[in-house]
Amino acid sequence: MSCYKGKYADELIANATYIGTPGKGILAADESTGTIGKRLSSINVENVESNRRALRELLFCTPGCLQYLSGVILFEETLYQSTAAGKPFVEVMKEAGVLPGIKVDKGTVELAGTDGETTTQGLDGLAARCAKYYEAGARFAKWRAVLKIGPNEPSQLAINENANGLARYAIICQENGLVPIVEPEILVDGDHDINKCADVTERVLAACYKALNDHKVLLEGTLLKPNMVTPGSDSAKVAPEVIAEYTVRALQRTMPPAVPAVVFLSGGQSEEQATVNLNAMNKLKAKKPWSLSFSFGRALQQSTLKAWGGKDENIKKAQEAFLARCKANSEATLGTYQGGAAFEGAAESLHVKDYKY
Amino acid sequence: MSAFVGKYADELIKNAKYIATPGKGILAADESTGTIGKRLSSINVENVEANRQALRELLFTAPGALAYLSGVILFEETLYQKTSDGKPFVDVLVENNVVPGIKVDKGTVDLAGTNGETTTQGFDSLGARCAEYYKAGARFAKWRAVLKIGVTEPSELSIQQNAQGLARYAIICQENGLVPIVEPEILTDGSHDIKKCAAATETVLAAVYKALNDQHVLLEGTLLKPNMVTPGSDSPKVAAEVIAEYTVTALRRTVPPAVPGIVFLSGGQSEEEATVNLDAMNKLEVLKPWTLSFSFGRALQASTLKTWGGKKENVEKAQAGFLARCKANSDASLGTYGGGSAGGVASESLYVKGYKY
Repeated sequence: MSCYKGKYADELIANATYIGTPGKGILAADESTGTIGKRLSSINVENVESNRRALRELLFCTPGCLQYLSGVILFEETLYQSTAAGKPFVEVMKEAGVLPGIKVDKGTVELAGTDGETTTQGLDGLAARCAKYYEAGARFAKWRAVLKIGPNEPSQLAINENANGLARYAIICQENGLVPIVEPEILVDGDHDINKCADVTERVLAACYKALNDHKVLLEGTLLKPNMVTPGSDSAKVAPEVIAEYTVRALQRTMPPAVPAVVFLSGGQSEEQATVNLNAMNKLKAKKPWSLSFSFGRALQQSTLKAWGGKDENIKKAQEAFLARCKANSEATLGTYQGGAAFEGAAESLHVKDYKY
Repeated sequence: MSAFVGKYADELIKNAKYIATPGKGILAADESTGTIGKRLSSINVENVEANRQALRELLFTAPGALAYLSGVILFEETLYQKTSDGKPFVDVLVENNVVPGIKVDKGTVDLAGTNGETTTQGFDSLGARCAEYYKAGARFAKWRAVLKIGVTEPSELSIQQNAQGLARYAIICQENGLVPIVEPEILTDGSHDIKKCAAATETVLAAVYKALNDQHVLLEGTLLKPNMVTPGSDSPKVAAEVIAEYTVTALRRTVPPAVPGIVFLSGGQSEEEATVNLDAMNKLEVLKPWTLSFSFGRALQASTLKTWGGKKENVEKAQAGFLARCKANSDASLGTYGGGSAGGVASESLYVKGYKY
């Protein structure tokens, strides 16, 4: 057979298509316990379960925000958590027409003999875990592969390993009813120009789609979560229209139309940058047979986190900030964002060199 | 760099886009001397240069026909031939806004150790030959790779060899100003069903586009010439709508939107079948970010040839028949074919087992 045609095929296609609904996107709230700890400590909040739960409740229960989201990626702990009133987060989402997703990778490990390149682990027992997450209400999954740009990077080994890992993860997800988000993130670190980023992105994406084909993944039931094509973090910035042009072109050259949607990661971009760039892409007059949306973590939560500071009395203000960013990004997916949704911290770069989740 | 952007880049993009103009397609008149000999002998015409010239003149000067063509593929001999009035064929084409193309491969050779699988030769001095053809007025090229379906075919070796060959040919063309038509033909021979053909087509096309990416081919300056996805020649036929669905699905899963147009080969299909199938694809209501048109040889010429029979007094009638097929396929490329341009011969299958050009 050409690709997966198992019992979940129709559901996968419907869910992947739904996630790509214009006007909607994904909140990436799947920070692992360690990573969310860094966020919390940046606002002097203790990294305990109740605080992690409180933050996620603040986000998911922001009045009016869920209409702008088609999905939320969760960390395993959060998949089983509830609001203070005792309602499971998964229920909150379902009622609002938001698909719960689950991070299933287990982080990166170094590839020996390379200069700090990595591959991603998490394939052991993945099928059983996916089945369990499906039972708990998850309908999509996410797996982050990481590549970097350098004089000899990304190496063919890193490209092959990560592409193969993504493809293996993807088919296992589909066999168990979860739409796989395929995320080959090329880090922005470096002083390379936008052409170099474009070159690398095109090569990496081509390798990914070859691997997905080899592994018989049903493309209509997947999503792509790539980096935008930008200059390196140590290089001069360029206009959003330039980022839009290079990014869309890279996708045109590598992404088959069968894939329903692209949900960009924000990398180290500030909230406002990420929104403005996404907006520029959707304004661009070019062949785009897939919808272009967001799957933002930091770029949706940064100012919200700052406004909250861990204090109950700040929840309302923090939720207003979150709603503003959700709405802004929703508009960006339609190419109608006018700017001005910035709260304190929205223009702050979120780039951390050599970022480890 | 990601894709090769040499001195011809803009011209390649412009020419590829023009050839892909909706409502137009390609006449494949590039039969080698040996192959055209078989055609001529089927109508009892001697295979001498004068007759080969006469046939091509009949086609290229058929009143009104060139309006439906964006390109004509020629064999080397024909590129340098003239009308009986002394006007170079190339000039006739160019004056009528038809881009001259040139077959550049040198046929297939068996891959040892396989079950009759082949690879295509023609690399020696290909760059220099392309430059010569460019000077003579050619602006696109064609190279036919052949694969087959069998119990263990297409083999990984065959797929890799043919994909790499097509990619190498493609980049050499682009370096010399010719838009490469990439033709990975999977023969219809066999008793397999349409699903098997779909699986093989998707695997082969994925390998082809990976190879094109590896070799830095500028996709915006290429065209694809694939087989339609059909049941094997020894299998029961299916409706045109089914062929359309399987074919377009296969293309959506593998052909990046950067490719401006797809020009199908007719294989052994009758003139009418080929037209009706192409029409069904263009009627299909699904997102297709490339134009779907024709690059037909036998399926444009069969009835014309029969009507001509090598006799001057039949030229006008033969040309009328040729015009009718050109118009029919033009309509098909717009999804507006009403049927009924079939004469007796138009419905005749042109299938020859184990067909060798």
